[in-house]
Parts: sequence; C-alpha cells; structure tokens
Amino acid sequence: MERLNAVLNLLSVVVIIFAATMLVPLGLSLHLADGAEQAYDTAILATALAGGLAWVATRGRQRELQARDGFLLVTLAWAVLPAFGALPLMSYLPKLTFTEAYFEAMSGLTTTGATVLSGLDRLPPSINFWRCELQWLGGMGILVLVVAILPLLGVGGRQILKAETPGPMKDTKLTPRITETAKGLWGVYALLTLACVLAMRWAGMTWLDAVMHAFTTMSTGGFSPYDASFAHWNSPAIEGVTIVFMLIAGINFATHFQVLRKRSLRSYRDDPEVRVFLAVIAVSVVGITLFLLAKGVYRDFWVALRYTAFNLVSVATSTGYANTNFGVWPLFAPLWMLFLVSFVSCSGSTGGGIKLVRAMLMFKQAFRELARIVHPRAYIPVKLGGHPVENNIIFAVLAFMLVYGGTISVITMLLAATGLDFVTAFSAVVACINNLGPGLGQVGPATNFALLNNFQTWLCSGAMLLGRLELLTVLVLFTPAFWRK
Amino acid sequence: MACLWAGARRTGLEPDADAQKDYNGAPFEGESATLKIIILGAGQVGASVAESLVSEQNDITIVDVDPARLNALQDRFDLRTLVGSASHPSVLAEAGAADADLLIAVTQSDETNLVACKVAARMFNVPRRVARIRATDFLNDEKVLGPDGFDVDLSICPEQVLTDYIVKLVEFPEALQVLDFADGRVSLVAVRSYKGGPLVGRQLKDLRRHIPGVDVRVVAIFRRDRAIVPDGDTVIEVGDEIFCLAPEKHIRRVMRELRRMDRPVKRVMVAGGGNIGLRLARALENDYSVRVVEHNKRRCEMLAAKVNRALVLNGDATDEELLEQENIAEMDLFVAVTNDDEHNIMSALLAKRMGARRVVALINRRSYVDLLQSGEIDIAISPAQSTIGKLLAHVRRGDIVSVHSLRRGAAEALEAVVHGDRESCRVTGRRIDEIDLPAGTTIGALVRGEEVIMAHHDSVIQAEDHVIVFVADKKTLPRVEKLFQVGVRFL
Repeated sequence: MERLNAVLNLLSVVVIIFAATMLVPLGLSLHLADGAEQAYDTAILATALAGGLAWVATRGRQRELQARDGFLLVTLAWAVLPAFGALPLMSYLPKLTFTEAYFEAMSGLTTTGATVLSGLDRLPPSINFWRCELQWLGGMGILVLVVAILPLLGVGGRQILKAETPGPMKDTKLTPRITETAKGLWGVYALLTLACVLAMRWAGMTWLDAVMHAFTTMSTGGFSPYDASFAHWNSPAIEGVTIVFMLIAGINFATHFQVLRKRSLRSYRDDPEVRVFLAVIAVSVVGITLFLLAKGVYRDFWVALRYTAFNLVSVATSTGYANTNFGVWPLFAPLWMLFLVSFVSCSGSTGGGIKLVRAMLMFKQAFRELARIVHPRAYIPVKLGGHPVENNIIFAVLAFMLVYGGTISVITMLLAATGLDFVTAFSAVVACINNLGPGLGQVGPATNFALLNNFQTWLCSGAMLLGRLELLTVLVLFTPAFWRK
Repeated sequence: MACLWAGARRTGLEPDADAQKDYNGAPFEGESATLKIIILGAGQVGASVAESLVSEQNDITIVDVDPARLNALQDRFDLRTLVGSASHPSVLAEAGAADADLLIAVTQSDETNLVACKVAARMFNVPRRVARIRATDFLNDEKVLGPDGFDVDLSICPEQVLTDYIVKLVEFPEALQVLDFADGRVSLVAVRSYKGGPLVGRQLKDLRRHIPGVDVRVVAIFRRDRAIVPDGDTVIEVGDEIFCLAPEKHIRRVMRELRRMDRPVKRVMVAGGGNIGLRLARALENDYSVRVVEHNKRRCEMLAAKVNRALVLNGDATDEELLEQENIAEMDLFVAVTNDDEHNIMSALLAKRMGARRVVALINRRSYVDLLQSGEIDIAISPAQSTIGKLLAHVRRGDIVSVHSLRRGAAEALEAVVHGDRESCRVTGRRIDEIDLPAGTTIGALVRGEEVIMAHHDSVIQAEDHVIVFVADKKTLPRVEKLFQVGVRFL
C-alpha cells in the first residue's frame, strides 16, 4: 500500500500537468470561436480537481522511486490519462459513449491513430487539435516529459524512462543526468516537429493543418482532421514531405540527438538499425510497386510508386495515414505492410511494433544456432554494430517475442469469438498492438473502428496500451512477485 | 657524427644539447665501443633483446620485478640484473640511467613502458628511449609519444611484427620468408627448391633468361646449412634455400620460376588465440576463411567479440576430434602461435599428419628450431630473431634503416643509407667491385629515390642511396657497419 500511495502521489502531479496541456486547445477554441470551449472548461476542471484531490490525499507519502515503482507509475498513468483525455470529446459529443471516447483518447496517446469517429471534417478544429496533441504528447512519452520538466523524480526518473521508452537495451544514457537526457530527447522531438511544421506549410498546408499533421507525423500517430486522410490534398509534394518525416520519426531519437550534438551524420552510419531500416523499406517499396504493376492495380510506374511509397512508409512506421484505400489492393501488399509494421521501426523511435533491433537480434540468433550445428565447438557471439550482445538480452528478446505472439493470438481469438471475421480480427489486433491505426477488412483504411462492440473496443484499447508500453511493463504488474516486499 | 643517429633526425626528436654531448663522447668511435643499455622487463622480448645485444659487446642492465626470471638470465648471459619496478625513478637511478645511452622498455605493460621513458627522459636525460607498445590507441596521435608526451623515440610491437611476417607467408605460400625494404619497394624472398622444380639443376644465369625484363638477384644460397656466395655459374640443387632480391611487383613472377606456383591460400587455421593469434585473425579474416582455436573459454569470448568473420573455436589444437570436426585436411595453412613451444610443435605435427597443406609453428627455443626446420613442419618461426630487427636497426652504428635476422640469426639483411662523399665514406662514389666487402657479404640492390637498381659489379653508389646488404656471417657485421659510417673528416 505504501508503494501505491507514493506512486499515486506522483500520478496526481502527472494528471495536473495533463490538465494544463488542455489549455492549448482551449486557447485555440477561444481564438477561433468554434463553439467547443465549454467542453474544455468541464474537462480541465474535472481533471485538475481529480489530480488535486489525489495529491492532497497522498501528501506526505512521497519517497524516492524504486525500480519496480517505475513500472507501476507508467502503467497507471497510461491507463488513467486516456480517461481524462476522453473528457473533452465526451462533453462535446454527448452521443459518444465512455468506451468509445476512452478508445479514441487511448488511440491518441498511444499514437495508434485508430478512430471510432466519423465526420471528422465537421468537428470543431480545436477538438481535432486535441486529438493530434494527444498523439504528440504520447509520441515521445508524457512521463518522459514529466521527468524533463520536474526535478522531483530524482533517480526514479531512470526507471520511468526505462519503462516508457521502447527497445530492448535502454541503459545507454545520452547525458550523465537523466533529467538532461529527457530534456534532450524532448528537445530533439520538438525541434524536428517544428521542422516538420515548416516543411508541411511550405508544401501547401494551412498553418493549423501543418501543426496538427506535424504532431501526428512525428509521433507516428496518424490522426488526421479529415476523413479522407491525405487523399484530402492529393498533393505529391505534401506526401513527399510527410514520407521524409515519417522515416525520421521511425529512427531512434537518441541517434537524432547524437547527430545534433556532434553536428555530424556519422551517428546515423554507426547506428546498426538505421541502415537496415532504410534498406528494408526501400526494397519493400520497390517490390510492392512492381507487384502492384504486375497485378494491374496501376498502369503507370510513377503513380504506383507514389501510392506504394506513401502508404507503405505510413503503415511500416506505424503512422497510419492513407492517400488511397490500400485495403482493396491484392491481399499480399497490405499483408506485407502489416508484417513490416510489426518490426521495422527502430528502438527509441516513436514507431510501434517489436522494434527492428529485436528482429535483428532474433535473426542473428537463428543464424548462430545454424552455425553451431556445423561448428559445435565454436564461440559465435551475436553482434550488433560490432559489439557482442549479452545472452541475457537475447533471452529477454526471445521472451518478449513469445509474449508478443501470445498476446496477438489471444486477443485475435477473443475478437473472432465475439463475432469478427478473421482478417478483421487479426488485422485489428496487429494495428492496435503495433500502434498503427487502420487494419484490413471491416477496420480497413476506408472505414473505422466504430463497428466494434463495447467488449471489442475495450480489448483493442488494452492492446494499444500493451503495445505502447511493450507488454512487459504492463504484464509485470500481474505477477505476484512484483507486489511482494 | 650527425649521421649516426638517423632515427633521431627522422623523427625530429633531437636529444637536448647536454645529452648530445654525453652521447657524442667516446663510446662510438672504435670497434670496441660499448653502449650502456638498460632493458626494462625480462620477459620473452626482454630476454631476446638482451641476448642479441650482449653478443654485440654492450653493457647491459636488465630490470624486472621477478627475481626468478632475472636469475635465469644472469646464468646465461654476461649482464647486470636489478629487481624493482621498472618505471620508478629510484630503480632507474640504480640501474644507471644517469649515464645510460639507451633505454629499452619492454615490460608487459604499455603504461609502465611509457612512464619509464618519460622518467628516463626528464630525470636522467637518457638520449634514446625505446618502448614496447601493444595498444595501437597510443600510436594514433603522435602527441602521445612526442617530446611533450611520453617522449618515446621508437615504439616497437613484437606481436605486430610476427603477425606481418605470418601474413606475408599467407600471401606468398611458396616462400619461407618475405621481407620488405625501402618502404616495400624491394623484397627479399627465401624459397626452398624442391625436386622437379623448374630451375633445379640449372645455373643461376639461366634464371635471368627465364624471366626476361625482370631484374632479380640471388644474394645467397644456403645448402645443408652452409652459405654459398652465388655467382652466375652456381647450380641450384634440391633442398637449397635461395634468397633473392627483386622489386616488390615482380615477386610473384620470380617465385613462379623458382617453384611451381602453389594454389593460393583460402583456409587458415590459427592455433592459439593470444595476442598474435588475435592480430592474425583480424589481419586475415577479410580475405581468407580463418578459424582460431583457443582452449580458454573466457579468452574465447573475448576473441569472438573482437573478430568479425573469423570463427572462434573452443578447444585444444592437439585434440584430433576437434581438428577432424573442423576439416583440418581442407586447411591450406595451419599456424600454431600459442606461447608454448611444445604445444605448437605437437599441434603443427598433428595438423600436418592429418592433412593440412602447410604448417607453421612459432618456436622460441633455438635448439628446437634447428631440430625441426626442413622436417615435417614447413616453417618454424623464431620470434626472438624476427621481432627485434627494428630495435637492432636503432642500436647499430651507421645509418641503418632496418635489420632483418635470417636463418635464425645466423645471417642478416640490412638496409643502410649512404652519406658523405668519396673522401669521408668508404662506400660513397665507388663501384661495387671497388668496395672492400667482407667475405659472405653481398650488396643486393640500391634504392635511389623511387628507382630500384639491382646491384651489378659496376653499379656506382651515390650519397643518400639506400643500400640493401646481405650478410651471410654475422661475425663480420661490425666491419660492414663501419663501412657505412662517415669518417670524422666529414664533420
């Protein structure tokens, strides 16, 4: 109980900060007079009140965070914040149930980008802005932001960073102090977002659209204020700019940080993931383009390349924009894209999935076992970037993959059992757990998740949470050992 | 005198004025001159350095922390020993650093060697300091070893020299040894003639007819361990060890004439993953398929982390089962480089018996080397002799750029730079047949700028030429060195 109190105390601070982030759409709403300001008043009041009360109740119970507390805090925060994030949506759209609003907010914070709303074009701009801001906050991680701006966490900040940032090897500290690391990561994230805003404005968006899309591009979220997503513009320039920034968002932000600090592109070359990431995507784009030409979906090579490049990069980096309904392409193409999203994003990026580094380690581990059959006495280390990777990391990755595969199977079964067809069920789970957004079949890019029943919606919300926190952070809370002293 | 310590001039590290004065004092003039040398570290390298310098009449003090090692040395050689930490000023003072001419720091630890050089330079004005440095990190920036850094005149790394030696053997599988002179412009190759070889039973002058356009010179032939000074009429016999000099680019053609070309090496197995094994694996792994056998598990892990493509195997190189498993019969070259002579010999013999095409063993003990050369083991490398050439060049009188020991130290090949003029030097401006060379000594080639000239009796030597000299009998070395010294009148 002592642990819970200490964590709740911190959580209340996080909730209060979260309330403050709603001031931005409130300001926008007042400025544009779009009629939604009432919604924010209620939401901010309720959120701040809840946070304040929790803080008062647990005051005096603060203590230094321990290793396990980080997992608890992060999971609780990610489960609770979407409830508060849902408040503005619920109060503006009274027909929206809590289940749906929670799903929408969870989809936002986890940068998934799946939506239950339709008629986005008719929503007030500030509501759309709030959805996009949720994605931006969730992209780099709202708790990382808290670590960066609040000194109160001290050493515990490391546990939080470990629990919230994706990837199997998180002990590489960029700076000696964890607060500085968090500031650095958020600084780079903000800087790149700014660059993205300018580039999108230059490519032809309005300032408001540019900001919203930069938010959802850099976080690989995929929310768009238009039902048609990028088909709204039908502009190769905008799509080109977006492809570039989606790729940037799919690369480890620690590497971006190094590049900016050292003012040299060398760090990209030294990062073992970047090369593979770009190569896999490039080969896939060319391959799928040729496949679509061969199948007669497109006649012209450049048209095929344009649609393949945009949709493939968007899906592979777990962003989830679309400029055409790729759900109607021959099944292999969208399946391949779903396959890519499961692993191709780099660790430490804002993309979802199991992360490229884990896939590379598994691949190398498989080769090691093959080599061992031929040379039983050989010492063959699994190496990454020229350095051997310890066996316990490989075991951890193996365990992660098993849990990942198991989770996908279980949730797919549950969705299928409750009435979804297999393609829809499976693609919905893949889309949620990888924080992608659109699936196939009934949840494809041309439709949305609104057809799910309550149970299915909750399941998908859970899958997004599990996927964003990379499963183990959440699942560890369900082990008895975690709660023992 | 200015030409004596060419090394100093080359590196731009002129000893300070005081030291220079001490240094230019008596010891260097006559043939009986002795150098006062301090050697730090009595390990394998220290001992072999001591051995070769003692035989050249120098005053040697050797320092080590292990009295047992020192006792063993003192029993064998005429030198002074001192127990203590090599880098401590008090120990250096006691070793006589104040009037030493040369400090050779060859302890196991790079750091000790570096500090000893600095202390020797700053406190005792020792004019020349040589340090053994294994970590290439120290060599990346010359500031580290420069006068403001650790003040090291010459750094040596015996493991690297041995590695280079073995790499040459992999590149030229027909050769017993390949040595480079004049920055790689000229090579000296040792080849053993074998029954049925293209030139066996022919005269040497036929060689030139066989390879038109290639200037090659046979500088010595060893027949049944005795040197023959070759001339055009010498007939090559089976089992002769032939040393020939040729421009580097023609080496392959020359070797093809002397021996049928072996098929190139593809697979190499290295027994022993120590310092040499690791360097070898890293040097070869990109061009050949390399396997390293090492018995220590922790060392295996370390090796596996450091190599890229080479395969690290845990086990004993004398384990038949392991060799069988790893297809020893398919190996083009088996190199045994553990630090245990007997182990190297046994594993090399076993590998040969099991079908490895060529086997090379690293053998420290000279008696073993003599026992094995030309037997089952194709090449026995004696590290002591092959690694200290660079150091010897540094100690020699005259402007000697490099020295290579051949035939386990019985013979030597030198590269010397000629200075002065006809008046001050006994070589400059003379035809080769005018020079009073001791018996068994051959001038093989001249390198003038970029140009390589194979020496003929009427070639004229000019100042600043690099001369490559082959000395078949080491006893005549002092006379050869003296030839290349510039007389007092030159000053």
